[in-house]
Amino acid sequence: MTFFAAENLEINFGGIKALDGVSFTVEQGQVFTIIGPNGAGKTTIFNLISRIYDPTGGRLVFAGEDVTRVPPHEIARRGIARTFQNIELFEHATVLQNLLLGRHAHRGSRFLQELFFLPGVRRQELAHREKVEAVIDFLDLQTHRDSLIANLPYGVRKVVEMARALCTEPKLLLLDEPSSGLSVEETEGMAFWIQDIRTLLGITVLMVEHNMSLVGTVSDRVLALNYGRPIALGTAREVQEHPDVIKAYLGG
Amino acid sequence: MRFVFRTAYGQDLGLFRDGVQRNWYVLLLLGLIVLPKLVPEYLVDLSLVFIYGLCGLSLMVLAGYTGLVSLGHAAFLGVGAYAHVYFTQTLGLPWVVSVALAAALTAGAGILVGLPALRMTGVYLTIATLAFALIIQEVFARWEHVTGGLKGRAVDKAVVFGVHLGGDVAFYFLCLACLIGGLWLTANLLRTPTGRAWVAIRDSEIAAQSMGVNLAVYKTIAFAYSAALMGVAGALFAHHVGFLAPDIFSVLLSIQLLLMVVVGGLGSLHGGVFGAIFVALLPVAIAQARDAVPAGVGRLVGVLGKGAGDAAFAATDRFVKQPGLEPGIFGLILVLFILFEPLGIYGRWLKIKLFFSTFPLYKHATFRRQKAYMRSERLR
Amino acid sequence: MDIVLQLVLNGIAVGCIYGLVALGFVLIYKATELVNFAQGDFMMLGAFVCYMFVVWYGFGYWLAFALAIAAVAVFGAVLDATILRRVLGQPQFAVVMLTIGLGAIFRSFASITWGSEIYTLPTPFSARATRVGGVTVSHEYVSIIVGTVVLCAVLFVFFRRTRVGVAMQAASQNQLAAYYMGIPVKRMFSLIWAISAGVAAIAGVLLAPVSLIDINLGFLGLKAFAAAVLGGFGSIPGALVGGVTIGVIELLSGAYLPHGFKDVAAYVVLLVVLALRPQGMFGTVGRKKV
Repeated sequence: MTFFAAENLEINFGGIKALDGVSFTVEQGQVFTIIGPNGAGKTTIFNLISRIYDPTGGRLVFAGEDVTRVPPHEIARRGIARTFQNIELFEHATVLQNLLLGRHAHRGSRFLQELFFLPGVRRQELAHREKVEAVIDFLDLQTHRDSLIANLPYGVRKVVEMARALCTEPKLLLLDEPSSGLSVEETEGMAFWIQDIRTLLGITVLMVEHNMSLVGTVSDRVLALNYGRPIALGTAREVQEHPDVIKAYLGG
Repeated sequence: MRFVFRTAYGQDLGLFRDGVQRNWYVLLLLGLIVLPKLVPEYLVDLSLVFIYGLCGLSLMVLAGYTGLVSLGHAAFLGVGAYAHVYFTQTLGLPWVVSVALAAALTAGAGILVGLPALRMTGVYLTIATLAFALIIQEVFARWEHVTGGLKGRAVDKAVVFGVHLGGDVAFYFLCLACLIGGLWLTANLLRTPTGRAWVAIRDSEIAAQSMGVNLAVYKTIAFAYSAALMGVAGALFAHHVGFLAPDIFSVLLSIQLLLMVVVGGLGSLHGGVFGAIFVALLPVAIAQARDAVPAGVGRLVGVLGKGAGDAAFAATDRFVKQPGLEPGIFGLILVLFILFEPLGIYGRWLKIKLFFSTFPLYKHATFRRQKAYMRSERLR
Repeated sequence: MDIVLQLVLNGIAVGCIYGLVALGFVLIYKATELVNFAQGDFMMLGAFVCYMFVVWYGFGYWLAFALAIAAVAVFGAVLDATILRRVLGQPQFAVVMLTIGLGAIFRSFASITWGSEIYTLPTPFSARATRVGGVTVSHEYVSIIVGTVVLCAVLFVFFRRTRVGVAMQAASQNQLAAYYMGIPVKRMFSLIWAISAGVAAIAGVLLAPVSLIDINLGFLGLKAFAAAVLGGFGSIPGALVGGVTIGVIELLSGAYLPHGFKDVAAYVVLLVVLALRPQGMFGTVGRKKV
């Protein structure tokens, strides 16, 4: 059974066919990267998986279940988490509150229990806090724990975005351009983190990325898209040397 | 400068930052308990402060924390008030049962009003709540069997568990107890997943959904809880005013309620309470100013000569005694706060505390707002 | 049948007023994305200023009309330049509250300057009517309809065909980018507020002979919300169509539905539209790209 499969995805926006017959599979424990020029439809695939859009055709299958039409808030509970290209953090909350929100899918308390703050709720809050602290340790966010997002620099916000996704304890993590806006050093750090996420945490990673060296370093398999259609699929080297990819995207 | 030294996660969960803050609040409570002895002539006004405190709490949950601005909250106050009076006086139910039922009924109305909220955002929601409130106000006027219609309905004093709480002091403590209860319940919600989900909905609905927050459920809970608080406030309000009529619960009252959260400071429980104190005591202050200001102006100008002083007194007196002045003052205060102190009274309080705690290193630029450019909120 | 025609005609006239106020809402919303809750109060000010010129100073109706429009338009522009400019960039809630507060100040000012009674405005159309078939056509109502149509045509051409109109739309969608393109954004906004206030003043003067002038005239603005939403909040022709529809619905429900429905008809329509088709008749739906 494949871990995650996209079959013949299609979506139209008005008259524009943003995705046309995109199919790929991701094995468990892999790092799968999607590359392509801007407007190729990479983030659109993510938006379909996290159910912000409905596809006009095709299917998404995750852990043997068809998730093409589940409601958007169900996706986290099923084990898929994502980061956003333009950072969708909760601006007026602290880092800690953002991360605790990542635990929302695993909350066990009901409204009435929370209203009176029964001991069960307190226990759960402490348990969530432990999990969040583990992620904070993993990504070195200790100094920013109580800072408001609005006061943080861009690089830190990107890390918090990833941390929040990790707090949902996903089985599949969608990273949308994790290295955009980061310096060379920060990008190298990101590469280590992605590898750690795969090997230490056992999370499968599906990534959209423009930085070819990062792609080459961490990816197991790569899919190249152009104008909503797949043009190459294989290992990083195979795709980077594919003539169509070079013509459409890499230049040279 | 105080260091807050944490040794356990449980300390972050608590209602108070540390023992010192808790002690300050205990002191405040003791002060409030002793207050009736000190200012007995203001007890009725102070009871209104507590009732408005519940209203401020309610609107703070909805507008401040969840980001759903309601211009029709006075209607919920009315539903709670009329329901409570109907249950106690027409049906003869016990006080506590009646209040609980009134709160539940108002929560139901809140869910109804919140249904459109599930599909629309921003200003559209505000307009929808306004429309609901105007419709509900018309229902108050027409449903004579329950509400007494335009003739209105008299309200008896409160009798809780057989104890007559009609006296000013007893009613004062009743309202205080309800306010403290409301604060405790709301603070509980805010430190649990529900409260965090509300904040998430306010800041980014898309991200909230991808974290597993069911928008429809939590928006509905926000409306229902907010309306339930208003229901309880409505019951107390009915006892306070003594006589219910539909035009009490008008758009102007809704605007006053929103004024509370703006003036108090969005996004904090303190803000709701500060705003309530301000809005409840403002008419009292205006009434006193109406007498004091002309006399003061007269005396000031009287330095130039008795005739001039008398003329100035007469002119100012005529001006401040006009009936249309009070809404204008409310409007002016609202405008001034939004222009010059958008963080509200609580924001100013925080700035003052920061000043004293970092003295003499306080930097004025700490709170300076960045120049912001307007971006389209249509595509949120 | 005659009764229905009569009601429809009167409804169209009343609806034109709603449409004009809604037009003001839509203009400001298209340009600055603010919803001006004080729009109805601009209308009230326009009516009072015209009344003042006619009754206190003895000017002729048309001169007073023109002066009222000019005065309120200038006031709108000044309001934008001094107060509203400072709050651009703040969350929409804050600006909504600001306009509500301003509305309250306007009402208070009107009550102090002109008094809180009800006044009548003498016009060349007062108390004159023609009978067409079985329907009485009041000249006041005709003046409303004609005035509205002319005004809307002028504005439509202005926004479609002139550079200023297109520039205003640019400034409304992305202020910073508009600055970069050399558009004098601040002047655009003041101009929009002037036009919007002027339109409201025209509505106020046209309405005055029909509904009498008093400080609570502005509450009509709430019904104009329904018109704007029905037409689609970003659409100028929509505002007018929405207004007329609401006007007709209101008068018909006053005649055929139980007592009390007339007052809330507009709000019921508003809620139905928001529930079923939030973008109204002519509006468009937008989505955020993430």
